[in-house]
Amino acid sequence: MTFRSSLARDCLIALIAFLVLAALPYIFPSRGFTDFLVRLAAFGIFATSLNLLVGYSGMESFGHGLYFGLGCYSFALIMQNFPVSIPVAFLLTIALSIVVALVVGAICVNLSEIYFAFLTLAFQMLLHSLIIAWTPITGGDQGLTGGVPRPPFLGIRLDDYYHVYLFSSGLLVVCLLAMYHIVQSPFGYTLRMIRDNAARAPFLGVNVFRVRLMAYVIAGAFGSVGGIIMSLFVSGAFPDFAYWTISGEAIFMLMLGGITVFLGPLFGATLFLVLNDVVTKLTTHYGIFLGGVILLFALGLRKGILDFVSDRLSDRRQSELTAASRTSSDAPGAKPAPAGE
Amino acid sequence: MDLSALGNCLISTSCLITQTTSGLIIGLLLFMVAAGVSLIFGVLKVVNFAHGTFYMLGAYFAYTAYQITDNYAVAVLAGGLGVAIFGLIFERLLISRVYGSPVLMQILVCYGVILILDDVVKLIWGPDFLSFGMPEAFRSLPIVFAGGVIPVFYLFLILVTLVIAALLGLLITRTRYGKIIRAAAVNPTMVSALGINTGVIYASVFVLGGLLAGLAGGLAAPVRSLTAGMGLAIVIESFIVTVIGGMGSVAGALVGSLLIGLVRSFGSIGFPLFTEGLMFLMMAVVLILKPSGLFGREGR
Repeated sequence: MTFRSSLARDCLIALIAFLVLAALPYIFPSRGFTDFLVRLAAFGIFATSLNLLVGYSGMESFGHGLYFGLGCYSFALIMQNFPVSIPVAFLLTIALSIVVALVVGAICVNLSEIYFAFLTLAFQMLLHSLIIAWTPITGGDQGLTGGVPRPPFLGIRLDDYYHVYLFSSGLLVVCLLAMYHIVQSPFGYTLRMIRDNAARAPFLGVNVFRVRLMAYVIAGAFGSVGGIIMSLFVSGAFPDFAYWTISGEAIFMLMLGGITVFLGPLFGATLFLVLNDVVTKLTTHYGIFLGGVILLFALGLRKGILDFVSDRLSDRRQSELTAASRTSSDAPGAKPAPAGE
Repeated sequence: MDLSALGNCLISTSCLITQTTSGLIIGLLLFMVAAGVSLIFGVLKVVNFAHGTFYMLGAYFAYTAYQITDNYAVAVLAGGLGVAIFGLIFERLLISRVYGSPVLMQILVCYGVILILDDVVKLIWGPDFLSFGMPEAFRSLPIVFAGGVIPVFYLFLILVTLVIAALLGLLITRTRYGKIIRAAAVNPTMVSALGINTGVIYASVFVLGGLLAGLAGGLAAPVRSLTAGMGLAIVIESFIVTVIGGMGSVAGALVGSLLIGLVRSFGSIGFPLFTEGLMFLMMAVVLILKPSGLFGREGR
């Protein structure tokens, strides 16, 4: 299938997904449901953007929450302090995240695994301590309150919760489509090559540093979109959105859903939010339950649910193929079973 | 930001002495946690993100032991030994299953353990801040030296932690055990080929790390308020220390901890709200200039 026609097909799928999402509130007319989906949009985009690094590039960032917090705070601050429209503030926030990601990425991307994980965490905690310290601007540990002004644009009125819902769903669909096309592009395959063999890539003419930096910047930019949605949802920003636990939760979402399937992180985010809401409703001992589930996954299953399913499916396909090739092995030109992706 | 206050402090002996002592306390207690993190990473190549939780448990164990026996020495030892045993269980049951796994998997296991234990601590000891109270023996008037006020307990803390640091240094550099763990850090396959049970060595490093963190928790208990989640700040600082000092280097951990302690103590005067930021900046600078850390081996 050619690139152009697959793009057309994916756009069609995205459009259908958006229409379904837009219709859902008419079927489930509850505020809780739309609120859940807005949060899911924020965390789904955020987790998928982290997977651009973890799953596709082999860069295990432990500080991706930096961009969530940055997106949240800068969007809310721009809207509060400057008379700009929402799309302008949106683009300014993305631009700021790109600049920050360029600086942080330039320092971090060539470090080894463990140093990369902790240096990215350190930069996130730096943002967190800046937020706590600059009380006059950020509201300190009380969070940024006072609401986010929402002037209407293009007929979208974000003071209406259904419009917020539509806007978030639209962003979710568009961002996922964009990220999907990035990982399916030659650039995406270069990332996989670096992940699998970083030593070999330079021999094929790849500038590893530049490709990694680009991946880091792209992931940061998308991560901040998650923060923007969150800031619209809570009408402000809270230091917790920049705290290390956000990164921990995102990693857990990846582990829940799976990192080898593109929609794994979105699935993981859904499971995480459901788990989170159910557990907080049932018990005050949130940590014991959540921690238990985390240990179960990390030590028991050792991979995400969609990873597990896709491995099972490819195993079955593999065994069917070997069975088929065994029966036809007398035939000339029998092909060996192709390996999975 | 208050640079004039910092300037005033630096030219007054009393302020200088007070801040230096408190910096030393912060640094030396941090060292006991950071040394464990650094050793565990050096030997096992595992990031024990739950090490701050060890420290927290040490403080709570010591609290209960102190309530029962009313003897501070017993309390500190109970903290140390209790956490050493906990470290053994933690290593055998959980962490040994993710040796060689991706870093994120190890972090995830630790994250789960942190969540669980913070909640367990809240269940057992309650969600409020606990205060240990100053042990009887140290309730004398503080020593005044050149205008600086130094509580007796601070002197005791400095002395004890320095002795522990020296003993740890001797253990690593002078004993057969130290030689084995240094060898296991470089080439575990060769060490096991020489007939040494590396599984036992790995577990023992966790016991040692747990002992140090537990003792630190017990020692720190009288000067810190006890709360679930008190481990998180110190574990992040420990990583900053290990990055600054060099992974796996005990000497590096000592220098890094003292640096962080002094930066925190003087930074709290000059940049009261940005002290954490200062530590992260220091770490970033070290990583850019000398990525292996001040005392780390080259060639990561």
